[in-house]
Order: sequence, then structure tokens, then C-alpha cells
Amino acid sequence: MSDSLDAYLILAGLLFAIGTFGFLARRNAISMLMSIELMLNGVNLAIIAFGAFIQELSADGSVIALMVMAVAAAEATVGLAIVIAIYRNRRTPLVDEYDAMRR
Amino acid sequence: MPRSFLTIGATLLVIGLAVGLPIALVVLGVLRWGDDVLFFLFAEIMIGAGLLVVTMRDIIRCGLAMIVCFGALAGIYVIAGAPLVAAAQVLVYIGAISVLILFAIMLTQTKDAPSSLVFQTQSLGAGIAAIVLAVIIALTVSSTDWPDVGARIHTATDHLATVLFSEYVLAFEIVSVLLLAAVIGGVFLAKRETGGPS
Repeated sequence: MSDSLDAYLILAGLLFAIGTFGFLARRNAISMLMSIELMLNGVNLAIIAFGAFIQELSADGSVIALMVMAVAAAEATVGLAIVIAIYRNRRTPLVDEYDAMRR
Repeated sequence: MPRSFLTIGATLLVIGLAVGLPIALVVLGVLRWGDDVLFFLFAEIMIGAGLLVVTMRDIIRCGLAMIVCFGALAGIYVIAGAPLVAAAQVLVYIGAISVLILFAIMLTQTKDAPSSLVFQTQSLGAGIAAIVLAVIIALTVSSTDWPDVGARIHTATDHLATVLFSEYVLAFEIVSVLLLAAVIGGVFLAKRETGGPS
């Protein structure tokens, strides 16, 4: 099982789908950010899997995965700062109560 | 008291199933002893913890389950032959991002947050969409014949470093500038304005 590319890719797809569900279904903004992290990790696993099984992509896959991690760290920083800034104004982390532009 | 016994019993049952399933598969001849069993165990832990992240009611427990999920994923990276990425996963995700998220959770906790509704009204549709997405991905992956796929190879870290600092050095520098900009932007956004509305 650990010797087939398909197993890794299906695992990555499962993790991505779990992240999709969390992003669409959760009400808390930080839960949605956590789901985005899960989706990024699923993509990273797919990249690493291609790097592990294709000779020419061996080092490139790892480099791209490290870049994705750095960008994910930047995304988490800015996203959480935005959530905290909104929380300071609205006193709630629930996204369906952010309706200032709908009223 | 009976409720805590029930929780302990359910936890033991889940752990027993998680350990027993790969052993049963080895006995049946589906899995081979060694890497396969480890891969299966890590995959189980990762998917289980991921499901806990998106379904649990208490958001702090969601954050802790996310740490477990990332740790299992680091194990899968090691099995896939990318030890440097596994180390970076532990350092960056478990050490930095999870702690950042836990801090943000604790800063935005309200008293009634865990008891109020966790899911939006669209959660049923979201579940159906996620299941359909997973099935489509699985079908596509299993029906595609990937070109140039060989045996699983181990990524040598010195080769990786050579590639990172020669071929990808521009991307590396851009990412470092991006991180600096993100940190400054995060501080600016989260800073409390003096004299502004609270």
C-alpha cells in the first residue's frame, strides 16, 4: 500500500474533502481557517507523493512543499490577525453574524 | 460517572479498532508488514483526527486534534521518503501555526461559544458536496495511468539543498520577503488602535 502512488493521492483527496466540509459547514471563523490548513496539507501530501514516485521530481517536490508551508504560515498569520481585528469590533467569532454589509 | 466510563470505553474501542484493522489486514494478506502497516496506521490517525477537527463542538479540542492530524501527516512524509519536509512539518505546523491558532482561539472565546450551534444551516449540503468531491478524486486518481511513475525513492537532503539554493533561489527569497510582509501586516491588523472604537 505504501508503495503505490494511488494510495497517497486518495489519502490527500480525503484530507482535502474533509477540509472542504469544514470550511463550508463550520460557523466559527477560526474553525474555517483550520479547515483551510487541512486542505493545504492535503495538497502538500499530493505534491510530496508525486516527488516520491517520479524520479525527476524528487527534489522539486520537496522544495515546492516547503514553499507551500511558508505561504501557509503567512496565510495563517494574516487570516488570524483579520479574525482578531473583526472580533474586537463585533465581539463574536461566528461568521454568520458578520452581516454589516447586508443590512 | 457512568458517562465518563462510556467515554473511556468508546475511546478504547476506537483505539482497538484502529490497531486491530491493520493487523487483520496483514493476516489476510492485503498489507505487508513494515511500511504498509505504518502507513495505514498514520493514515487512520490523520483521517480520524481530521474528522474530529471539523466535527467537534469545543473549538480548543479541534485545535488539539489538528496537532495530532499534522503529526500523523509528518509520519506519512517520512514513509514517503521526505524527512526534511517531515521535520519542517513538525516545526512549522505543529510548532508555529497550531500554537498561533490556539492563541487566536483563546483570544476569541466567548462564554457561550461551545454551547451554541457549531454548524451552519448549509452543513448537510456541505457534507454531500465533500463526499462527492472525495469520491470524484478517488475515481479520477484510480483511473488515471500516471506517466513516469517508478519505485518509491528517498529524497536526499543534500541534493534537495542544492536544488533549493540554485534552481529555486529566487522563489526562496520571494517567500522570505512574503513572510516578512505577512508578519508586519499581521501586527498592523491585530494592533489595537489608540483612541479608536475600543
